[in-house]
Amino acid sequence: ASFSGAFGSILGRGAITDETWDDLEEALLRADVGLGVADGLLEPLKERVKAKEITEPSDLLAALQADMIARLADADREVHFDESLEPGQPNVWLFVGVNGVGKTTTIGKVARQQTEAGRTLLLAAGDTFRAAAAEQLGTWAERSNTEFVRGTEGGDPSSVIFDGIERAASKQIDLVLADTAGRLHTKTNLMEELKKVRRVAEKGAGTVTETLLVIDATTGQNGLAQARQFSEATNVTGVVLTKLDGSAKGGIVFAVETELGIPVKLVGVGEQVNDLIPFDPDEFVNALFDTGTDG
Amino acid sequence: MFDNLSNRLDGIVKRLRGKGRLTEADVDEIMKEIRAALLEADVNVTVVRSVCNRIREHAIGATRSQALDPGQQVVKAVNDELVRILGGETLTVQYASKPPTVILMAGLQGSGKTTATGKLALWFKSQGRQPLLVGADLQRPAAVEQLRTLGRQVDVPVYSDPEDPILTAYEGVEEAKRLGRDVVIVDTAGRLSIDAEMMEQVRLISGAVSPDYTFLVIDAMTGQDAVQTAEAFHETLQIDGVILSKLDGDARGGAALSVKEVIGRPIAFASTGEKLDAFEQFHPDRMASRILGMGDVLTLIEQA
Ligand SMILES: Nc1nc2c(ncn2[C@@H]2O[C@H](COP(=O)(O)OP(=O)(O)OP(=O)(O)O)[C@@H](O)[C@H]2O)c(=O)[nH]1
Ligand SMILES: Nc1nc2c(ncn2[C@@H]2O[C@H](COP(=O)(O)OP(=O)(O)OP(=O)(O)O)[C@@H](O)[C@H]2O)c(=O)[nH]1
Ligand SMILES: [Mg+2]
Ligand SMILES: [Mg+2]
Repeated sequence: ASFSGAFGSILGRGAITDETWDDLEEALLRADVGLGVADGLLEPLKERVKAKEITEPSDLLAALQADMIARLADADREVHFDESLEPGQPNVWLFVGVNGVGKTTTIGKVARQQTEAGRTLLLAAGDTFRAAAAEQLGTWAERSNTEFVRGTEGGDPSSVIFDGIERAASKQIDLVLADTAGRLHTKTNLMEELKKVRRVAEKGAGTVTETLLVIDATTGQNGLAQARQFSEATNVTGVVLTKLDGSAKGGIVFAVETELGIPVKLVGVGEQVNDLIPFDPDEFVNALFDTGTDG
Repeated sequence: MFDNLSNRLDGIVKRLRGKGRLTEADVDEIMKEIRAALLEADVNVTVVRSVCNRIREHAIGATRSQALDPGQQVVKAVNDELVRILGGETLTVQYASKPPTVILMAGLQGSGKTTATGKLALWFKSQGRQPLLVGADLQRPAAVEQLRTLGRQVDVPVYSDPEDPILTAYEGVEEAKRLGRDVVIVDTAGRLSIDAEMMEQVRLISGAVSPDYTFLVIDAMTGQDAVQTAEAFHETLQIDGVILSKLDGDARGGAALSVKEVIGRPIAFASTGEKLDAFEQFHPDRMASRILGMGDVLTLIEQA
């Protein structure tokens, strides 16, 4: 781990003082972990310091990081593909989330990875609402040379996705990646529409084996509400954390995973086709504290 | 939903009712709740600290007034302070004496720039202007197509040239002169504030068009990073105003406070939906209540 930012000032003190706790809390807050979660992490450590179990600032830091990593330890981070499904019964991965987080781009990246892994794919443009959303996904389909299905602008998203799955089934394609329009989790009608998409996607030959909620690393405390509402509507199976190549730390997904039990599976680190990596708890936790500057 | 500040403070306010003055401990308790509310609203940690220091001074001063309970005085002081920070000078567009008036849009990926470009076009039309849109995002797949679609929806022409974003921006302004359009709005690609190459590109775009106004589009759901982003864009581009997007959700939008505090530029517009008419001038008082998580600051105070 790098010892810049919060680490520097904490380690710079000879002992654990009130300021040490303030600095630790602040580091967690700056990473968007949230006040409740931050205090929940620090309280048990305060007990351990009181009991003289921990006396050195460096040990305190190590204990905090170890604790955070431990809380992320047991999650199943695999993006599930059911191999037991017969040809003609495609796996369906559904991508959901609020506006502009990176759903369509992530599909483009996943398409490349899955194609390289030897699977055949179809991309379904379930965003019939946003201007040029289908053209955008179409470009990604070309980039990884996958099948592509789109509907009419303003058309019914569930029927586009249904059509995509039927086409995939008839061509014995392994996997359908279904894009959906960005929507705020507070919009009841749009969340109902998404529930329908989820239902209809199972109606034909396909099986939804992943519903991935895309969360932008710049997201603050609202991320928790997003995860709650999308889970309720679509039974989210994993989180994709995007834009982690920026200055934001994405700490809200720590809260999402530990409070709601939704594992973070993939991380977006750029706009190019190869900028998608598996989520690594160690790296993520270390990076949370690597602030460099005092913003 | 979260326990909002009015609920949290209500208990304190009730307990302090009839009390002549606040003790140090009372003030501490109140400040703790206010700090929590601001952090929950995603106000930047550093900004929270400075705002809380100022409020603490008010809070102590507040006890001297006879008109309201001390607790209510504090709530009012908090609200007033936030409105003061969020408000100040408002942005009124001064049109260039020699048209066109050039507007440059900038911000992180997915923040809502292209949508806001379309919205501004509609807004300028409502002000009797004739805008031209320029698609200088040659990066994101179908970005120009997206802008063209929006242009058609508001019946405004769109210029773009697939060669080069800087050239596109420059030629866009020339095109506007040729067509006699009096406002040009240049949409740019989303970029990270720490991406030196992309920040240099937008600086060059700015240099090529000499914008009259540069707007930074910020997502209302942004967390602590809003400050770093705003500072970096401001340093590169001299931001004139902020457009706060996606305010139609339930994010408290503390980013508004953070950004206003660090770059000192007004929040000019609020974007409140995906449809192009979901766009309005920014209201500091509404935003203050929203950040505090209390739509009813005044009701709370009126319970006196
Ligand atoms: N730097 C960076 N940019 C990203 C990443 N993922 C997506 N983006 C960019 O974020 C912007 C929005 O991405 P989209 O894929 O269009 O997002 P979306 O969720 O499909 O958006 P809507 O469909 O409009 O809701 C684009 O400019 C992408 O290039 C990432 O991991 N890093
Ligand atoms: N609900 C809501 N959605 C919005 C608002 N403004 C923009 N959006 C949506 O946010 C997503 C991203 O908007 P864009 O305008 O494409 O964002 P951008 O900043 O141009 O994105 P890039 O060019 O990829 O960097 C789209 O789905 C828009 O429809 C808003 O005020 N409310
Ligand atoms: Mg999309
Ligand atoms: Mg755009």
